[in-house]
Amino acid sequence: MSKALIELVKKQFGSSVLGSHSQFGDDTVVIEAKRWVEVHRFLRDNPAAQMTMLVDLCAVDYPDREPRFELVTHLMSIPKKHRLRVKTLVGDHAGEGAEVGTLVELWGAANWFERETWDMMGITFLGHPDLRRILTYPEFEGHPLRKDYPANRTQPLVPYREGPDVLDKLAPFGFDEGMPFGRQTHLTQRPSLAEDPYGTYRPRPGRVRA
Amino acid sequence: MGAVTTTKVLDGSEQGFATTKFNELLRWARKYSLFQYPFVTACCGMEFMSFAGPRFDMARFGAEAPRFSPRQADLLWVVGTISQRQAPVLRRVYEQMCEPKWVLAFGTCASCGGFYDNYATVPGIDKIIPVDVYVPGCPPRPEAVIDGLLLLQDKIASGSREPAVVKPRVDPHQGQLLTLTGRRPAHPEEP
Repeated sequence: MSKALIELVKKQFGSSVLGSHSQFGDDTVVIEAKRWVEVHRFLRDNPAAQMTMLVDLCAVDYPDREPRFELVTHLMSIPKKHRLRVKTLVGDHAGEGAEVGTLVELWGAANWFERETWDMMGITFLGHPDLRRILTYPEFEGHPLRKDYPANRTQPLVPYREGPDVLDKLAPFGFDEGMPFGRQTHLTQRPSLAEDPYGTYRPRPGRVRA
Repeated sequence: MGAVTTTKVLDGSEQGFATTKFNELLRWARKYSLFQYPFVTACCGMEFMSFAGPRFDMARFGAEAPRFSPRQADLLWVVGTISQRQAPVLRRVYEQMCEPKWVLAFGTCASCGGFYDNYATVPGIDKIIPVDVYVPGCPPRPEAVIDGLLLLQDKIASGSREPAVVKPRVDPHQGQLLTLTGRRPAHPEEP
């Protein structure tokens, strides 16, 4: 069982293990960010752990916490048939200082996972061989899955069509027509064009508008 | 064998000859010889394949020949979600097509972005290129796609470049709307 894995990590790293829990059959250790690579190398190479596979690497943004980001890996051992989740905490309130070592030298799978995590969340992986954006485009500013990225901010690569000869030919349906389950905004009144230039406002169903 | 039926192609053609205007003849020829460029990006593509296949049979409408070079195509089918990253490609494909050219927005995502209301998705391809016919639905039923193609043919025949939306079909036995995609006011309070 992987409870033994948690004990193994605790025994090896002692006070660098900030916590651990086991819920719904998933065992988790939370470790210090500065020992991120070291812990993963230990888990890969230790004969009792033998974590041969990096299943997933991602991050979670908790904007009210400090450190703000939780960086999560899911490890699996194919010979031992057990799994372990490893977490660490990085970044301050502004999202600065979110840095951690890269796992690319341990598992090749980490390469694109870390690029995605950097692209979406802005967590820097020190020593990564090719830390470029992978899902968005090079012109993109900011990191869109951070909670402080405005939900209706788009960065079009192609300028949207405008002008009177074009606007006559825009879609002959209303801006809130279509999907009833689009993003619900906090606005209770129809916003002005300046507030909502891309027509992303959706009235909340059942709410009475003033 | 039963009685030989005659086909009326243009007014008077059953008499052996027809009179028309040159432009109308040209539009009549164009509407039945649409060479299509399928720009298929997402799940609506499965519905497009169904429409192109033998069951719903796009070939009945003279639009069966796909051309994977935009320079040889008349009709651009934009089938599926267009991301911001893909928008330059779509515009370039459109610009490479020769006049006369038409664009059909297939499905809700191509028409208005659908529920992809976020940083990654273009909220409707009409923000980038002009659209002639919108086919709503997620995905649209094959009947709606057929309606869209026929609507486009009507628009070609009449020479209209105003954008049009496929209206919901009414089931004659039920008297109910089969799809809920008809025009409704943006706000009930609005005049």
